[in-house]
Amino acid sequence: MKKRILTLALAVIMTAALLTGGGQSALAADGSAEEITVGIASDLDSSLDPHVSSSLAGTREVLFNIYEGLLKPDTQGNLIPAVAEEYTVNDTADQYTFTLREGVRFHDGREVTVGDVVYSLTRAAGLETGEPLVATLAGVSSVEATDDSTVVVSLSAPDAEFPAYMTAAIIPEGSDPADGIVGTGPFEYVSRSPQENVVIERFDDYWGEKAKCAKVTFRIIEDGQAMVMALHSGAIDLAAHLDASQAAELSELNVLEGSMNLVQALYLNNARPPFDDARVRQALSYAIDKHMVIDLACDGHGTALGSSMYPAFGRFFDEELTDYYAPDLAKAMELLEEAGYSQSDPLTFTIAVVEAYTPHMNTAQAVVELLRQTGMVEAEILPMENATWYSEAYQGRDFDATITGMDASTLTASALLARFVSDNAKNFIGFASEDYDAAYAAAVSSTDADEQTAQFKACERILTENAANVYIQDLADFVVTQTDIQGYQFYPLYVMDMANVCRVG
Amino acid sequence: MLVTLLLISLLAFLAFQLIPGDPVTKLLGSDYTPERAAALRHEMGLDRNVLVRYWEWLTGFVTGDMGVSYNYGMTVRQVMEGKGAVTAALSVMAWLLVIAISIPLGIALARWQGRRLDRVFVAMNQVFMAIPPFFLGILFTYVFGLVLKLFVPGGFVGPDKSFWGFLGYLIFPALAIAIPKAAMVTKLLRSSILNQMNEDYVRTAYSRGNSRWSVLKDHVLRNALLPVITFVAMTLADIVAGSIVVEQVFALPGLGRLLLASIGNRDYPVVQCIVVIIAFIVVFMNYLADIVTQTIDPRIRLG
Repeated sequence: MKKRILTLALAVIMTAALLTGGGQSALAADGSAEEITVGIASDLDSSLDPHVSSSLAGTREVLFNIYEGLLKPDTQGNLIPAVAEEYTVNDTADQYTFTLREGVRFHDGREVTVGDVVYSLTRAAGLETGEPLVATLAGVSSVEATDDSTVVVSLSAPDAEFPAYMTAAIIPEGSDPADGIVGTGPFEYVSRSPQENVVIERFDDYWGEKAKCAKVTFRIIEDGQAMVMALHSGAIDLAAHLDASQAAELSELNVLEGSMNLVQALYLNNARPPFDDARVRQALSYAIDKHMVIDLACDGHGTALGSSMYPAFGRFFDEELTDYYAPDLAKAMELLEEAGYSQSDPLTFTIAVVEAYTPHMNTAQAVVELLRQTGMVEAEILPMENATWYSEAYQGRDFDATITGMDASTLTASALLARFVSDNAKNFIGFASEDYDAAYAAAVSSTDADEQTAQFKACERILTENAANVYIQDLADFVVTQTDIQGYQFYPLYVMDMANVCRVG
Repeated sequence: MLVTLLLISLLAFLAFQLIPGDPVTKLLGSDYTPERAAALRHEMGLDRNVLVRYWEWLTGFVTGDMGVSYNYGMTVRQVMEGKGAVTAALSVMAWLLVIAISIPLGIALARWQGRRLDRVFVAMNQVFMAIPPFFLGILFTYVFGLVLKLFVPGGFVGPDKSFWGFLGYLIFPALAIAIPKAAMVTKLLRSSILNQMNEDYVRTAYSRGNSRWSVLKDHVLRNALLPVITFVAMTLADIVAGSIVVEQVFALPGLGRLLLASIGNRDYPVVQCIVVIIAFIVVFMNYLADIVTQTIDPRIRLG
């Protein structure tokens, strides 16, 4: 008898939960018109410290809404004043003078003073510790306040690109982001729950145009299929960085196509055989038809690239390089023969790819197929977990070839090109060219914009001519939103600006 | 039981020494230089002997200090807050569903053995047993979520916001985990009952004028349930493990997702803690099954 009552009670509870629960969860997901839920594919970094979390693009794109620097990038790739109202540079390009904007407030309500700016830049440039937190600020030699609204930043060497680095976040004097996240951006930080969500709210005392929506919840949905389902069901309002096939499944919603702003390539380990031989690298460049790769792996969406630069950089991008190696199977085979390979003794190597990045995996498959057509190359894909890839391929430099995307953290050509200087710590492909080092040095020290552009383009050309890597594309970036969401804008950087996004109707 | 847990935690700790990458890899990412990595490793104490670190973790753990997550900079307790409740609710719900579905169904199938209903179910049972929970999960999100709109895929609500909404969202993930298990338990119970039905005492019971139903209820069931109870107790352990996959499919913020992410981040303190919790559940359920079996049948002694 007892058992029967128990079973009955159970059945009743289950049915009740099914009936009431089903309805309520639908209601909760709709939320209010002022709230927007965004799906992001991975959780943010450990610390939300704007000066150290430079490693994960996914963290940077969320922090963009919370923190601001003296300057900030706009959608066109220009630098616009933010915490600073204007700046001047001396003739030798090694001293920059910033005038602070009046009435800029931190999220805790306090007005920004020169003390905050000096503290933030000193901290980011590591002037006291000797170890810069933001690598691009390594050239800063001093930061001084000359009066209540002026800060002078001196550099150890001229750098015409320096203003782009002044997007480094301004935080309150004496504060540590580990104890509380306070910035000056259009949104203030509310909370985070690991593997669950990050919540930000509109900052009502923002100096500029206020954010359009009151609250944004970034919900972490790691599974790609679950992300598509969540968009279908309306559980989330927006998701970025979807690939062509996911976007195709969601065609009844708003689908926006931009670009990821990264350089996807078959990166080759120039430091060891077989890719220490330029002929082999060039042979691969001739054999891999990047347009066909884009068709095969990405349904034709993507922008072909020929060097470590993407079109959003405008004047730095050299379109001529894109098809420098016109697909030519015969030439590829000739070069491979010269290098000592044949049908019976083929070139064999492995391609390390992070398994979770579907676009890179698809690209790798297309590349392997195209290389097989030469009859002299046998490439094998080595799927890896993210941490393994970092530790073995990227940091350990123990790889033959890898397919990945390199993005720019600031709007400067050096963000993409610095890593190929022979002694750069991030030069994971071990590229070494004296011409390149010289051209790069000339570019960064140049004070003339045209001269600088020319030198950076020379760098790009050297990479292409040496076939440092087999450049493929800037991946298409699909942003899918519910039909009542408007205002999403693409940037030439990897950021997600939520300030203009709103719900209409 | 304690020895088992100790061994498991030690193995989990050592496993991280074998796979490439460590917390520093993840924390530095593309900013990596060998010098920075070495400095950070020293700062985090990762350059010390693995057994020393294990001992430190262990002594901390038994005194209730589970350490600080490398990846989130919060204590492990804070990171796991709320995640455990999701997995626990999901597992318990799935487990209750297994019982609620399989016990009545198993009895019914045995009662009407050989009829058309039984034959259909036995065939279908085979199919359900073979379906992996993640596939059922995808199927459910599509059918119940997108077509029938019974729930909002990805629209998880925390128990603090709406308790019923929370349970409601968990029903389909729980079903996805429960169905293959329920199919197994049903099959086991049905055959267990049918085996018992051939025993002598059943014939005796019939001869005393009992109806088929009362024989089943008063005599057979008690014996037939014995092996089933052990199995059902063990399924809870399986279910907890199964929820790891299903949490991904339904975008549930539970321990499973935290575990996978933490392994990816090489966040040892969090992984250790979750592994020990799961190991504890498995060992404990095993133990509990023994006790229950013994209570039902006092002839069985605990070894």
